[in-house]
Order: sequence, then structure tokens, then C-alpha cells
Amino acid sequence: MTRDRKIEAAVGLFVVIGLAALLMLAVRVGNLTLQTDYGSYRVTARFENIGGLKVRAPVSMSGIRIGQVVGLGFDPETYEAIATLEIDGRFARVPADSSASIFTAGLLGEQYVSISPGVDEEFLAAGDEIGLTQSAMILERLIGRFLFDKASAGDGD
Amino acid sequence: MEAFAWLGRRVLDWVEVLGRGTVFLARVLAGLPGAAARVRDLVRQIGRVGAESMVLILVSGLFVGMVLGLQGYNMLVRFGAEESLGLAVALALVRELGPVVSALLYAGRAGSALAAEIGLMKTTEQLAAMGMMAVDPLHRVVAPRFLAGIIAVPLLAAMFSAVGVLGGQFVGVGLLGVDDGAFWSQMQAGVDLRDDIANGIVKSVVFGVVVTWISLFQGHDAVPTSEGVSRATTRSVVWSSLAVFGLDFVLTSLMFND
Repeated sequence: MTRDRKIEAAVGLFVVIGLAALLMLAVRVGNLTLQTDYGSYRVTARFENIGGLKVRAPVSMSGIRIGQVVGLGFDPETYEAIATLEIDGRFARVPADSSASIFTAGLLGEQYVSISPGVDEEFLAAGDEIGLTQSAMILERLIGRFLFDKASAGDGD
Repeated sequence: MEAFAWLGRRVLDWVEVLGRGTVFLARVLAGLPGAAARVRDLVRQIGRVGAESMVLILVSGLFVGMVLGLQGYNMLVRFGAEESLGLAVALALVRELGPVVSALLYAGRAGSALAAEIGLMKTTEQLAAMGMMAVDPLHRVVAPRFLAGIIAVPLLAAMFSAVGVLGGQFVGVGLLGVDDGAFWSQMQAGVDLRDDIANGIVKSVVFGVVVTWISLFQGHDAVPTSEGVSRATTRSVVWSSLAVFGLDFVLTSLMFND
């Protein structure tokens, strides 16, 4: 009986530590947030070029993360990229004339969508499209333009 | 000609073992509800394969995490990105090292013991005696051990990862001077609950099933001599390890391919 109890106690401890480890992974490592009851809504934005934007990239406003990119598509008519943005329901008051830009976090960091608020009294709702967009900065293109400008400036002299 | 005959014989042997293993698994699965109902026996088996492996897993996890912290820091500091150390350590542990290394340790620590135990039970004709009393040894003896393995391995993997993260934090933050806030916040921003943690758990459940299955089957399939049992024990560890690595590749390419 005492031996049985020892085993039972050991197993109980084992299970408790195991579950505690799972909980720690979920909350401390995985940042489990239990505030999903706000829901979320999706809007789309068309970009001429999305550069290296990936699905699950953050969407931020004033530097605060308000959602993520959930889909990237292509419009064969206009040759534009269509990014679907899922915005947290807590941030429902995004003016309808806001603009979306693709920026890079740090010099070589990953790309994210930044939304600059407009002044409209209307707010973005599910299914809306963000009209004003600014494409990703392509480093090669910038360098190319810079060199080209330099060269043409040199011709003028 | 002789070589072809040898090859053919090996292939046929293989197919036969695979078939026997599958039938074995099906019969054990049929015994699972009964095993789940005998709680006392189940608890005893979880104690043997899980609780007794806990110290090994915790210590190994701690050291693996500390090594990851050290190596990751040396690599990241070259790019001035040592703040990402927490993310690197956590992702490596949760996605790969936690499930894989704990499954390997489990195979060596508990799987081999299972194979030897079942093999010896067969050799000493205990299994046959149970059969004579109309008690199916696969239901009575093997199924509880199988279920215990499936329950224990994910818990062990979670412990391994959690302790590993703490080990990485000890080395990174405590010894190398990475900022504590950055360590955790980068980790929390980069580790996804479903894509990383849940998939890691799925992996460890699969490993638990496969390692326990292989070990029990090797024991049950052992030639009933002392040499046969020793071979079965060796084979259980060899095949479990190979299966873990092979399945890890398959699961990783299925889960993390975006």
C-alpha cells in the first residue's frame, strides 16, 4: 500500500509538472492571450509591389500591433498585389481614408504593413478596401535610382 | 543468384514484420478502452515510463537549453541581434529539440525497458500462461503500457522545452547579459501558439505512439531466448531512433512549410 501511494504521488507530481510546463509554454513562451472575444474584421489593400511581405506579418498603427496579414493575392487584371489584413476588433475605429504602407522593421528586418490614420468620420468595416497605399521599398530599386541620378547629374556638369 | 535470393528473403522478412507489427498495433488499440478503465495499473505504468524519466528529461533539457543559449548568442552577436536569443532558443526547443530529444531519451530510458520486460515475459511464458487463462496479454499487459507511453511522452517533451527555455534564459540573461525584457518579448512575439507550440505537441504525441509501439512490439516479437531478448532491446532503441528522425522530417515538412 505504501509503495502504491509512493507511485501515485510520483505520477501525480509528474502530471502536475508536465501540465505546468505546457502552461508555461503556452503563456510565457507563446504569449497566449485570452482576449479573443473582441473578434476581428478583414479589409483588403492593393499594392503595386509588396516586396517581401509575408502572411502573418504584423499590421500596425502608430507602432502598435493591431492585426496581421492573413492573405496575399494577385489581381490578373491590374497586375496589383492584394493583401488581406485582419484587424483586431479592439481597433474598430480606423478612419476609412487611412493609408497603408509597407515598411521594413530595422534595416534587414521583416516587412510589415503600417496604417496611417486619415481624418474621415467613417470607419473601416469588414470587406472594405484601403484606397491609399504605398508599396514596399525595394532596396535594389532605390540604389539603382540613386546611381542613375548621380550619373545624370554628372552628365549635366 | 544467391545474392538475389538473399535480398528477396530480407524483403519478405521485412514485409512480414511490418504486417505482424500492424496486427499487433490493431489488437493493442482494441485493448485501449479496457486499459483506460484500469486506472490503478495505468498510473503505475505512467509512473514507470514517465515519472521515472522525469529527472533525466529535466536535466537534459536544462543543459540543451543552456548550450542553445551559448551557441545562439555567439552566432547572433555577430549580427548585433542578440536580443533575438530568446526567440531562437524557444523556437528550436518547441519545434524540434523538445519533441525529438525527449523522444530519443524516452526510447533509451523507457522503451528499452518495455522491450526487455515484455520479451522476458514472453521468454518465461508468462504471456502464454495468461493466454491459457483466457486473458489476452495484449489487452492486459501491453495496452496499459502503450497508453502510458502516449500520455507520458508529450508531457516529457513539454517539460524538456520549458526547462530548456529557462536554461537558455539563465545563460543568455544571467551570464551573457542579454536584456531580460527583450529575451521574453521577442520570444512571445515570434512563437505562435498554434503553429509552433501545438505542432510541437502533435509531434511529441506521434513520437510517443511510435516509440512505444516499436518497443512493445519488439519485446513481444522477441525470440524467446536470452539472446533474443537482448536483440529485441537493442532493436527497439535502434528502430525507435530511426523512426523518430524519419518521422520528424516528414512532420516538419508537413507542418512548417510556409
